[in-house]
Amino acid sequence: MVESTRARSDEPQSDPRKADALSAGPVPVGTPTVRSAFDEDHPPSAELISDCVHCGFCLPTCPTYTLWGEEMDSPRGRIDLMKAGLQGAPLSDTMVQHFDACLGCMACVTACPSGVQYDKLIEATRVQVERHHTRSPGDRAMRAAIFALFPYKKRLRALRGPLRAYQASGLPSVVRKSGLLDRLAPKLAAMEGLAPVLEKREKLPERVPATGARRAVVGMLTGCVQGEFFPGVNAATARVLAAEGCDVIIPRRQGCCGALSVHNGRQEEAESFARATIDAFETAGVDAVVVNAAGCGSSMKEYADVLADDPDYAERAKAFSGKVRDVSEFLAELGSVAPRHPLEVTVAYHDACHLGHAQGIRSQPRSLLREIPGLQLREIAEAEVCCGSAGIWNVLNPEPARELGDRKARNIAGTGAELLVTANPGCLMQVSSSLERQGTRIGLAHTIEVIDASIRGLPVTTLGPQH
Amino acid sequence: MSGTHGTETTAGPVLGDTPPEATSSTGETGDNAAGIAAVGRVARALMPETGVIADPTQLRTYECDGLAHYRVTPALVVLPETTEQLAAVVRACSEHGVPFVARGSGTGLSGGALPRADGVLLVTSRMRTIREIRRADQRAIVEPGVINLDVTRAATPEGYYYAPDPSSQQICSIGGNLAENSGGAHCLKYGFTSNHVLGTELITPQGDVVSLGGLAPDSPGYDLLGTVVGSEGTLGIATTATVRLVRLPEEVRTLLVGFHTTDDAGAATSAIISAGVLPAAIEMMDALAIEAAEAAVHCNYPDGAGAVLVIELDGAAAEVEHEYALVERFCQENGSFELRLATDAMERALIWRGRKSAFAAVGRISPDYIVQDGVIPRTALPEVLRAIAELSSSSGVRVANVFHAGDGNLHPLVLFDGEKDGASEAAEKVSGAILDLCITHGGAITGEHGVGVDKAAYMPKMFTDDDLDTMQLVRCAFDPDNISNPGKIFPTPRLCGEVPGKRKRAHPLVEAGLADAF
Repeated sequence: MVESTRARSDEPQSDPRKADALSAGPVPVGTPTVRSAFDEDHPPSAELISDCVHCGFCLPTCPTYTLWGEEMDSPRGRIDLMKAGLQGAPLSDTMVQHFDACLGCMACVTACPSGVQYDKLIEATRVQVERHHTRSPGDRAMRAAIFALFPYKKRLRALRGPLRAYQASGLPSVVRKSGLLDRLAPKLAAMEGLAPVLEKREKLPERVPATGARRAVVGMLTGCVQGEFFPGVNAATARVLAAEGCDVIIPRRQGCCGALSVHNGRQEEAESFARATIDAFETAGVDAVVVNAAGCGSSMKEYADVLADDPDYAERAKAFSGKVRDVSEFLAELGSVAPRHPLEVTVAYHDACHLGHAQGIRSQPRSLLREIPGLQLREIAEAEVCCGSAGIWNVLNPEPARELGDRKARNIAGTGAELLVTANPGCLMQVSSSLERQGTRIGLAHTIEVIDASIRGLPVTTLGPQH
Repeated sequence: MSGTHGTETTAGPVLGDTPPEATSSTGETGDNAAGIAAVGRVARALMPETGVIADPTQLRTYECDGLAHYRVTPALVVLPETTEQLAAVVRACSEHGVPFVARGSGTGLSGGALPRADGVLLVTSRMRTIREIRRADQRAIVEPGVINLDVTRAATPEGYYYAPDPSSQQICSIGGNLAENSGGAHCLKYGFTSNHVLGTELITPQGDVVSLGGLAPDSPGYDLLGTVVGSEGTLGIATTATVRLVRLPEEVRTLLVGFHTTDDAGAATSAIISAGVLPAAIEMMDALAIEAAEAAVHCNYPDGAGAVLVIELDGAAAEVEHEYALVERFCQENGSFELRLATDAMERALIWRGRKSAFAAVGRISPDYIVQDGVIPRTALPEVLRAIAELSSSSGVRVANVFHAGDGNLHPLVLFDGEKDGASEAAEKVSGAILDLCITHGGAITGEHGVGVDKAAYMPKMFTDDDLDTMQLVRCAFDPDNISNPGKIFPTPRLCGEVPGKRKRAHPLVEAGLADAF
């Protein structure tokens, strides 16, 4: 997969699309005749770009603008760069650097009063970047490693053993104190710091029957990082769905949903993951496909776009995307029947970007949490600003990610809550490492784990790894 | 530079207004490239690599502010972090005769921060520290890049807020507010930026750092602070501002009132104010503006309304209670069909969201539009609104109206599709005619967005040559070399320094003994 994108990016001079691209757009006088940034195969849409009126309302919610205060690293600045690209400017290292720096948090999409679809623009741009830009050898190796690891459960599982051994050995604190890894390989250090303390895996059956009268039949995505690093979340999801009257189907053959690939412009890889996921669930005869990881749910709702050009899958993808629901979205629509036991706890709820900004799901998890007697919900200041996790962004950009994480951790600590609740494995890993660095002691849990504990009448102390 | 109003073609004169013979006569041909390089060297020596931008691709992202019709790519962008860095760069500009333009968040709507192709853009977005909140003094001391709403956020725990609230308050900078004397919905009761800035540390166009005003409410001598606030960056760059904080009111009531026509809503506004009630804000939106806001933020305004008023009452609880009863009565007497009172902060925010997002929201119902800004005496509202409606129907150009009804500050949004032949010219014609309407009804060509490049050509319609010359004398006193945001406010560069760059000989007025150089 990596090889095929590389092969395409190495053919710039003989690319027949080059001439088209150059003759299509107006070329400003004095621009040297170099390859223009984008080819004709789905470049960022000029029409969508023209929706931007340059009002700047996106700036304060953009993580990179809040960090660096410069236009090139803001949504409207990146849109200016896309426009420059369409008008014939080359895809320079500088331009790529600003596209790469975008976290893809989509806070700007929420903030934009003009309805600019920045999500579509940046994803189209990233595909072009992957196709035409040659990265530095180090960056290439890092990305190759990430994409060879994260989307594959078996490889992640293979990593669990050594990781648990490493964590049990007491080495982590020695390594972190020494700061050696930070100096030698900051990106590796970032990964080391993010790895959660591993829980025991719980094996899930292929079908979990509804408790009491059946109200729905749902499919469940187990995910890659969620499944391997936070297995308790999947188990809780299945239990809550069953308790609310759902037959839960968990197809064995499901793999990665392709979220990381979709969000990083790796088009072919994304397409093949999407096709495989559709295949896995299509025959299961479910009313909905329930997802507990925000990033996965968001990309699965985009399958219709991802596979729009595939005649065999376009229609199926549309039907599939229509069935995808975040677990909180699904439970709120279904309405709860299982009795809730009290949980005396103050909770700070963190909106995962791919849940709040990308899927517009904010009220559902909050109202589900409020259903729990005794639970007090607190809001986190600057809730709209990303925690810096953003898929693999925190691994590729460790320093700014740490700044964003620390800022989020300060705001979380400011709520005085005992438990932090969110709906994405990436956020949990990112925020927990920042909280740890800052010395804030707070429990961490996924929304569904809190609901599960309430339904089962478990004490608060069972929630999340305290650190 | 006639007929400047909102197209890329009219941006030409702004960057190319240096007649070749003028430059050669002063022997400065080619000086600018060398000058800019020199300024770049000074800047690079003082700040981190990312603080100086010269890459053409990156420079493009700075080619316009919130008024995207005008675009000019600057020769250099500098992002200073301290007053010292900024002052040093300004000194270098002065020394080498390089024009500079200051910019905050780049949200201005008159092209006031439009760069110069032959100049440096000085961006204050990294000078964003709130230096002090002095609760007991009701003052905050902030850097120019601090975002307007962040001052309120910082002061709220102390029981205070910063009153001027432009629609872009979540992103516009205090420095930009100061330059443009920005207004906002609550100016009706609380006044403009000029009423809230008590002091500033200013970098003069020569690069000197001077203090104007201070913590005290008034300073002896000429009101230089008053001169600087609203000068649109032509007299220097503010590097700190001491602003007034206002006590959070005991009670706030926000009402959304639906009317069948703008005439009814206008009559209700006049009735309220004539009765001596002074709401914090009275905002009006017409049907087209409501349609846009609904499309953008789903603000759920009353169905079928021809106009809505957003009225906010604040103050002591008893006073608000009393005023509320009056407002309710005047609205009903003037044909309101629905009155909603926000019951919590969420509902209040939703009402305001519809209003505050209106400009950008118009992008949802029209591919292109011009945000106009004019002001008229409040009593002329119904007549001017009718005249705008006539203009719109006779020209076929749609106009949405959003405005601060309480103080007669109109923001007609002239809609067009730039792809259609002649559409942008027709829109500009209507937009210009609206300004003429404002002038003939005793108003002005800008209420709060400033003149910038966008309205420079209209200045002679409002002011005589003598008026404009007098204003230029003020400018000359601060910026004899005409390097601080040249090309803005005034239709043509004249008097001191006919051309950008260093002035080599005495000014004609000085030579004639009619004026002194300061």
